Amino acid sequence: MAQKKKLLQGNEACVEGALYAGCKFYAGYPITPSTEIAEGLSVRLPKVGGKFIQMEDEIASIAAAIGGSVAGLKSLTATSGPGFSLKQECLGYACIAEIPLVIVNVMRGGPSTGYPTGPSQADIMQAKWGTHGDHPVIAVTPSYVQEILSETVRAFNLAEKFRTPVIVLYDEIIGHMREPITIPVPGELEVIDREKVTCEADEYFPYDERYEIAPLAPFGSGYRFHVTGLNHKKDGFPTNDSKQIDANNRRIMRKIENHKEEIWKNEETFLDDAEVVVFTLGSTARSARFAVNKAREEGIKAGLLRPLTIWPFPDKAITELSKRVKAIIVPEMNLGQMTLEVERCSKKADVVGIHRVDGEPITPAQILDAIKKHK
Amino acid sequence: MSERYEIRFSGSGGQGMILAGIIMAEAASIYGTKNAAQSQSYGPESRGGASKAEVIISDQPIDYPKATSISCMLAMTQEACDKYHGDIKDGGILLVDAEEVKKIPDGKFRVFSFPIIGTARDELGKTIAANIVSLGMITELTGIVTHEAIEKAVLARVPAAFLDLNKKALQLGFEKAKGLKNK
Repeated sequence: MAQKKKLLQGNEACVEGALYAGCKFYAGYPITPSTEIAEGLSVRLPKVGGKFIQMEDEIASIAAAIGGSVAGLKSLTATSGPGFSLKQECLGYACIAEIPLVIVNVMRGGPSTGYPTGPSQADIMQAKWGTHGDHPVIAVTPSYVQEILSETVRAFNLAEKFRTPVIVLYDEIIGHMREPITIPVPGELEVIDREKVTCEADEYFPYDERYEIAPLAPFGSGYRFHVTGLNHKKDGFPTNDSKQIDANNRRIMRKIENHKEEIWKNEETFLDDAEVVVFTLGSTARSARFAVNKAREEGIKAGLLRPLTIWPFPDKAITELSKRVKAIIVPEMNLGQMTLEVERCSKKADVVGIHRVDGEPITPAQILDAIKKHK
Repeated sequence: MSERYEIRFSGSGGQGMILAGIIMAEAASIYGTKNAAQSQSYGPESRGGASKAEVIISDQPIDYPKATSISCMLAMTQEACDKYHGDIKDGGILLVDAEEVKKIPDGKFRVFSFPIIGTARDELGKTIAANIVSLGMITELTGIVTHEAIEKAVLARVPAAFLDLNKKALQLGFEKAKGLKNK
């Protein structure tokens, strides 16, 4: 039966996505413009046998979500820039301890408490480098309300499959705007559940080197292991062995690097014959699509490359594209975070940033002007 | 309708401008057959301050969700009118609350001035219903959604205890706007 359309807010679609993916635990601390996610899950989770808890702050929230995940439940926390800053310590912990987790960051103006009700895309680098040390990061970047639902599901899938925290990164505009969407029926979207552990208890090691990614047994299920932020041995207990430290540090990077092709997701519009291409994400990609359509109406060969995975960075797609287009325009609501990455990857094409940090969206007219200047 | 039809509801926080935007978007996309995108901007305060909600309606998929060239704008306060009227397109509509907005901005748009809040107060006994009166007026003035669609959308969004009040508010909006059009 076809599902009825509903007019939902981006953050409400995130709630639907989390529930669809089988999220059973949310721990958070409210913050504009992400609060509707907590509100929604506080009502909905208890109805599906899940648990909602509002913690005393953002640090405790991600710590609790890590605990929920170690205990075997798909877990979520949601926040905005100031809270995302606080969560960084535990984000690194989840990376090294290899705990599946989804963290939503609805970006608002920064730095610090900045502009609570205004949009921004200035946490792109924070998502990658906010926590210290070499660590793998997966971040997904929806642009449409329907996509917030499906990308939240994908984030849970990637978290479970790669045993790592995954960030859902979108801006205030799409977090708060409403569009008609359909809630998918069960089976319509892929849902990946955590691999079950079947071996004998004394043969189980959560960081077993024989696997690229060992399965994670729920804590308390009879499989004994240790969880720590220190470098650890296969049983999870700390180690000072340099060989072991090196092997683990490289393995947690490799488990993502080796699978970039399946983690990457790009939407390509008019790229076949494009001479000038816009590369952008989130609500700015909506402005870009509007501008690219207008440019095409005027006979300009413009295209759009829209990443739905921003980390790992889609370097291959940009490098290939840069060999055959004149210019890559990178509009972003920050002062050049993605532009730098695109410059790193571009082999031939000019890279042109459009930046805005006044709490207003980058308009289609701004992007169209740049397209015309660089066609 | 391949063009975007853009409506901006503006006033101060607490006047229900965002709810009016949501209801208009639902009338167009859930109870009608068009696409709609509704967005808003507001300050940190929950009451007061200039607040606006925007609805883009189109037969096509909607990419840019914010208004660029407004077909119809509602202003419920002078501050909101002054701050937000600049994007109304030539030939567009500006509907203002006659008691709140005394200074009408210059522009090549049609202005309808009507005591919307006063009507809600005097004829319904509830100023809070002014946003629903304004929805009725905008529906009548623009014809962008049908009377049936807006009524369904209103009734689906308001508390059950206030169905009659809101139904009356909407009808009042239809009637008053009809009067204005025929003037």
